[in-house]
Amino acid sequence: MADSQWPLWEVFTQPNKGEPFEHAGSVHAPDGELALQNARDVYARRGEAVNLWVVPSTAIVASAPSDAGPFFDPGNDKPYRHPQFYIAPRGVRVF
Amino acid sequence: MDQNPTVATEDPALLAAFEARIAAGESIEPKDWMPERYRKQLTRMMSQHAHSEIVGMLPEGNWITRAPSLRRKMSLIAKVQDEAGHGLYIYCGTETLGVDRHDLVEALLDGRAKYSSIFNYPTLSWADMGVIGWLVDGAAIVNQTVLAKASYGPYARAMVRICKEENFHKRQGYEICSVLANGTPAQKAMVQEAFNRFWWPSLMMFGPSDTDSPNSAELLKWRVKRKTNDELRQRFVNLTVPQAVAIGITVPDPDLHLDAGTGNWEFGEIEWSEFFEVLKGNGPCNRERLEARRKAHDDGAWVRAAASAYAEKQQARSSTAAA
Repeated sequence: MADSQWPLWEVFTQPNKGEPFEHAGSVHAPDGELALQNARDVYARRGEAVNLWVVPSTAIVASAPSDAGPFFDPGNDKPYRHPQFYIAPRGVRVF
Repeated sequence: MDQNPTVATEDPALLAAFEARIAAGESIEPKDWMPERYRKQLTRMMSQHAHSEIVGMLPEGNWITRAPSLRRKMSLIAKVQDEAGHGLYIYCGTETLGVDRHDLVEALLDGRAKYSSIFNYPTLSWADMGVIGWLVDGAAIVNQTVLAKASYGPYARAMVRICKEENFHKRQGYEICSVLANGTPAQKAMVQEAFNRFWWPSLMMFGPSDTDSPNSAELLKWRVKRKTNDELRQRFVNLTVPQAVAIGITVPDPDLHLDAGTGNWEFGEIEWSEFFEVLKGNGPCNRERLEARRKAHDDGAWVRAAASAYAEKQQARSSTAAA
């Protein structure tokens, strides 16, 4: 087992408090605790993160790029969801 | 090496759509359709790059215990640790193409994989640590700044991260050289001698001239590479010569001169036969580097075994507790 490659974990970093977590990359580790330590050593050597998440790669369910058109389509044809769709009288400060 | 960039087996419609995306400057992500050839070329290029970062730790690791001051020692340790990190970023990027890191590591350890020829040169004096940071990392930055715009998203993102960190590598190297160049006559001689040894191999790092590089055309077409080897090499020379002049280092090239028309520093003929010999495994340190890498891997076996055993024990404990 010495050369086992261990499960893959996806690493997410939060650059500053209050900011969203971003995907940084992945690490191999035998468990969550070591995955966190490896992630810190690989992705946060210069204060790039104030928090880390590690998630087993197998737990991630992703949309398929080839289906991106139909999958996201319902959002694309509804311009009335954007404020620019609506007409305001000239000279009135709406925003 | 298969030199036939045939993509005839690919679905022409998918291929056309892929090439249109590349032409539009879109980035290709792991789950996107890509020609097998693109996947293969990227796997080759990225794994070689990752291996280079890992092997790159060895020549500098040799000097950690002999660094002349605590300040230099801290920097060198941090730099070597960065190289390990860079190797891991790129291995992680390569895995998104559907290969296992385990297989890549195996290929490196049993000598099948290629890595940058520069690391097969010995590091004979402390000045080599300065020259490597300045020239070798400097050349890598020139190369990687362009790779940061590569069409494959995970590769490009790894490069952005690496470039940020390598600026420190280059500056600490240049600082070492500048201090030695302003030091005693012996120190000055030492840094000049180190520069003499690394100058030409650094120019070779960009790879053969594009007319002789079997992979360049295809990589440029798919925007894995955005600039030719020769363009990058020229950029590196143009950046480096004034830095050498500034600290009184002489570039060991009698043909070097500034072309007033182009603003380029024109340099002499590169000895490519040496490059190909080193690449074939006949460089001064090829064997030693792989032996050191294998030893490090074997010496680390107990750490991996302990980590696995600990994880299993924790798992067993939590499942007993749950029961």
